[in-house]
Amino acid sequence: MSSGEELHEVRLTVNGTAAVARVPARRLLSDCIRHDLRLTGTHVGCEHGVCGACTILLDGAPVRSCLLLAVSADGAEITTVEGLAEPDGRLSPVQQAFLECHGLQCGFCTSGFLTTITAGLRDVPDPDDEQAREMIGGNLCRCTGYQNILASVHRAADIARERAAAGPA
Amino acid sequence: MKPPPLGYTRPESVAAALAALAADAGARVLAGGQSLVPLMSMRLAAPDVLVDINRLTELSYVEVAGGQVRVGALARHSEVLASPVAAAAQPLLRQALRFVAHPAIRNRGTTVGSIVHADPAGEMPAVLALLAGNVLVASAAGHRSIPAGEFFLGPLESAVQPGELATEVQFPVLPGPAAGTGFAEISRRRGDYAVCGVAVLAWLAADGRIGGAKAAYLSVGPSPVVLDLTEAVAGGAADAGSFPAAAGLARARLEPWPDIHATAGYRRQLAGVLTGRALGEALSQARETVDA
Amino acid sequence: MSSLFGASVQRVEDDRLIRGHGAYLDDLGPDALAAAFVRSPHAHARITGIDVSRALGVPGLVAIYSHQDLPARLAEPLPLLIPHPALTHGRTPYPLANGEVNHVGEAVAMVVAADRYLAEDAADLIDVSYEPLPAVVGLNAARAAAHLVHDDVPGNRAANAVQEHGDTAASIAAAPHVLELDLEIERSASTPLEGRGVLARWDARAQRMVMWTSTQTSTGVRAAVAAKLGLDLSQVDVITPDVGGGFGVKIVHPWPEEVLVPWAARLLGRPVKFTEDRREHFISSAHERAQQHHVTAGYDDDGRILGLDVRFWHDNGAYVPYGLIVPIVTSTQLLGPYKPAAYRVEFDSLYTNTVLVTPYRGAGRPQGCFVMERTMDAIAAALGLDRTVVRERNFIQPGEMPYDHGLIFQDGRPLIYDSGDYPALLAKIKDLVGWDKFAALKEAAASEGRRIGIGLACYVEGTGVGPYEGGHVAVETSGKVKVATGLTSQGQGHQTMLAQLVADELGVPIADVQVVTGDTRRFGYAVGTFASRTAVMSGSAVTLAARKAREKALRVAAEALEVSPSDLQITDGMVHVKGDRDSGISLGTVAVLSNPLRYAFDDAAQAATQFAGGGDLSKPPVAPDDEPGIEGRAFFSPVRSTFASGMHAAIVETDPDTAEVAILRYCVVHDCGPLINPRIVEGQIHGGVAQGVGGALYERMVYDEDGQLVNASFMDFLMPYVSEVPREVEIDHLETPSPLNPLGVKGAGEAGVIPGAAALAAAIEDAEGIPVRSMPLSPSDLFELRQAHDG
Repeated sequence: MSSGEELHEVRLTVNGTAAVARVPARRLLSDCIRHDLRLTGTHVGCEHGVCGACTILLDGAPVRSCLLLAVSADGAEITTVEGLAEPDGRLSPVQQAFLECHGLQCGFCTSGFLTTITAGLRDVPDPDDEQAREMIGGNLCRCTGYQNILASVHRAADIARERAAAGPA
Repeated sequence: MKPPPLGYTRPESVAAALAALAADAGARVLAGGQSLVPLMSMRLAAPDVLVDINRLTELSYVEVAGGQVRVGALARHSEVLASPVAAAAQPLLRQALRFVAHPAIRNRGTTVGSIVHADPAGEMPAVLALLAGNVLVASAAGHRSIPAGEFFLGPLESAVQPGELATEVQFPVLPGPAAGTGFAEISRRRGDYAVCGVAVLAWLAADGRIGGAKAAYLSVGPSPVVLDLTEAVAGGAADAGSFPAAAGLARARLEPWPDIHATAGYRRQLAGVLTGRALGEALSQARETVDA
Repeated sequence: MSSLFGASVQRVEDDRLIRGHGAYLDDLGPDALAAAFVRSPHAHARITGIDVSRALGVPGLVAIYSHQDLPARLAEPLPLLIPHPALTHGRTPYPLANGEVNHVGEAVAMVVAADRYLAEDAADLIDVSYEPLPAVVGLNAARAAAHLVHDDVPGNRAANAVQEHGDTAASIAAAPHVLELDLEIERSASTPLEGRGVLARWDARAQRMVMWTSTQTSTGVRAAVAAKLGLDLSQVDVITPDVGGGFGVKIVHPWPEEVLVPWAARLLGRPVKFTEDRREHFISSAHERAQQHHVTAGYDDDGRILGLDVRFWHDNGAYVPYGLIVPIVTSTQLLGPYKPAAYRVEFDSLYTNTVLVTPYRGAGRPQGCFVMERTMDAIAAALGLDRTVVRERNFIQPGEMPYDHGLIFQDGRPLIYDSGDYPALLAKIKDLVGWDKFAALKEAAASEGRRIGIGLACYVEGTGVGPYEGGHVAVETSGKVKVATGLTSQGQGHQTMLAQLVADELGVPIADVQVVTGDTRRFGYAVGTFASRTAVMSGSAVTLAARKAREKALRVAAEALEVSPSDLQITDGMVHVKGDRDSGISLGTVAVLSNPLRYAFDDAAQAATQFAGGGDLSKPPVAPDDEPGIEGRAFFSPVRSTFASGMHAAIVETDPDTAEVAILRYCVVHDCGPLINPRIVEGQIHGGVAQGVGGALYERMVYDEDGQLVNASFMDFLMPYVSEVPREVEIDHLETPSPLNPLGVKGAGEAGVIPGAAALAAAIEDAEGIPVRSMPLSPSDLFELRQAHDG
């Protein structure tokens, strides 16, 4: 960007790896992730914090990356959808569940659901129906009508349990 | 929708933050950003300088002291919601915070920030108004404490002046075991801004009947409206199934605005219904505490 | 190997998407310049000046264009895509406004800059002066025509169209009973999570334009761009990237941005990208649904409709690039599963100074269904009959298929239902929801002070609309099968569904089949994805193409194995004599053998070279009527649409105090013929039901009297979260195959949304005892209805 604006150095740990970007103050974290760090798996649906497609984990907690300035996130640990699969490439329990349960159609909202549910199941590993609804309650999807996303939440909890019981892969 | 060019500074101390705010009349505080960032993205706000206070971790406290729940400027809604000492001292905080947006917003948005934002549909301004709390405000020139009654000036307008930083909000704790709180809200979709919401503080008399109550309403006007319900409820049975007089008082006294989601008449209807629900919750809580 | 037809195969699209490796439009072209637009803040105004001087100093600015900068073809209005004789006053937008703007959001100037932030900075500094004109907002204002949207369109009437069969006026006059209803549906919109986007790259040396666009029709965009930019079709490639939902809004083409971005890319010699933001999507893409209807129904003592007269007014927004498709669909699909003895439908398609109106999932059917089903319920109420009994008496019977309504459908062909069994559907939905047991439930609830109600709605949906689609199947020497079809995907699992069909036809594992959609480089003749047509059209085409490839493969293999082709079958990619799995050659080897080589490119290829032996030396290596390779190419073009059908039933509870509406049960019975992938079909139904609930209870576009869209954000335009959809969608299926295509299938994509408003309106009316004639219905609306009714 050749804008003449002051650039700020933003240091992040993204999916376990150190990353640096030099961006103007107004650069949204969503744009920083997508365009400066070239991790395009996080998507932008509204830029006003309502749809949740841009949700990432900031120091482990789900936040809307479109509502954060990149500079404000300096020093943080970020997890995006690209960081959910295991190091050997095996899909995480949440990802695997979405695959099995037809939890995605166009896939655009999906990354926001995946990060949100990953954090959600960490806090509530065995959600009942109400808790599962609460967990995904702030993310919009236009394709699936949510039925299969709810099924994916429960299936993910099962897979996580199965994998824990099976021991290290 | 991208923000306009912005100046930016991220002070490492409160004093540095105050100096930055004093240096530029167009400076604005960036805390949670959940309200400010979308306003900037829509280019409805264009501060000259953003003073990012997210490094001021000394302001992220939630503590109970001197009869107040004291919430620092950087305490996230999620932290206040999770705080056991806050919940024990003033249950209304948790009752109301559950209705604030969605978890991802609560993880970043600050309670102090939402009070300074003074959205007429905001839950926490109504809570502060009901409890008659205070906002501590600092500037390079000194500090002051603004009571809730003088804090909310109009829609999205609070008494915080340019150059000032709200450092703490104080919510008075429950005034004794015979008191209880309730919160009821109806929104179009789960997590949306309220179509109407009510926060209630009620207390029992020595004989176990209702001693009195007051309520604060959100989404019924430019600022939270506080009503004293005592005349409509005092002496009544605390385990009543409904409180028609209180509902009637609310309907009579409030003058809600219409908008695209609800007519004034419907808001008024909800104010009555939700008064009853929140009052019931508050009295039930009070009875439990007294019985315990 | 068991057949994949009917199997809920896990989607082949998913692994990539789930890892965050999707490639949606904005993910592409990191090196591209960014476009942003200055858009009209007025609903109706003359442009009196454009002053760019303040914007020129913005760093990173590359260019600013307005109408005066456009060359001849681009300076004309955009194409009228679907002309119709009744569309006497069709108007389409200019790519950049030419002296006048007709809705808030209309593009006035394009800015190209180093990135989107800078482009928006420059756009903010462009001063456009306007002379505001009176704005025509809403159907009442359009009908009254005190002001005009377009000066040369009297009465704001783009079109007036009538269709009739029988003598409706006479039938109504002679009917024992007549009722009249006024009904209204308000605007909603597709609002996919991903907005529109275009990326264009001009290769000056090769003189080729390569474009990516988030579209439902890559061939449509290619043709339009070639025409507007004066290029040969063969100079333009249009590739559809991953698309984050369409729901109809992305079938419109070319959007202004879709011609301006490639034009700028060529002019500037740099790639240019436009990614729409959410506010732009609300004010400059398209909406749908707003109509007002007046119904007159003449019926007998049994509730049979003797004459049905429907007069309606359709709000088409400021322009009509998509012609009259939506109101034509309403006019014809309103009939649903019924056969009124006489039917007359007349509509006016009217301009308003608002965003243009083009199809949104359902494309006019939800409105028609709402009107017909409310009319049926009104007849039942008037006669004191059960609502399902009245419907039954009006059904087209299975024995009457094919049934000719005597009208012309949206594909320009006769409205003839091919198959369907409406009585069977009704029996299923009544059973599923417990229709006959509901009265007792209602009484029990009433005794507890609770209000519950049940509603039901039936629809018929014309799917698999022509004119055609095509498919190409090629077996490579590796044994992998490459499939291409020209229409596009927006999340419906097309690649999976089509791979299932090809894998079945060719006898190969589905993992070896790769399907590409929407890429003009791979398949150049196509129409697009809309009207629930992919399974019917591309499904049939790729199946026919696969059959040709199979036939060729068996012929080549038979020669190599010295047997007859009829002795052979293909299992798991191996061509072998029936009953003998061990003998045989792989399809990949067959592909090698099918292409006589001079040069071997690997060991396997050596088998096909000229000294390898075999072959009849008295004949040429490639026969006169043959081709090298194992490929098949086929097109499917049906004589007319095939008609799917279904019924929804809902049980709601309304709160006596707060007027909130809770959906207790939502039941769907659905007939789209045989299901290729049941889980994918179910997913489509879930999504459609959510949009139906949204349209019934939550979504409406709110314009103020000045034509400002007041709720142009997700905050105030209420798309459902999980908390707003039914807790469960109970689904049962019926399968009446279509005789009109080789697979016997019917379309499934839109069905879920069609009867939502009708079923929920009926249920709320049943709970409240108050007529519900207008949707959507919010709790505040219901409260006010109650006040008006009781007060």
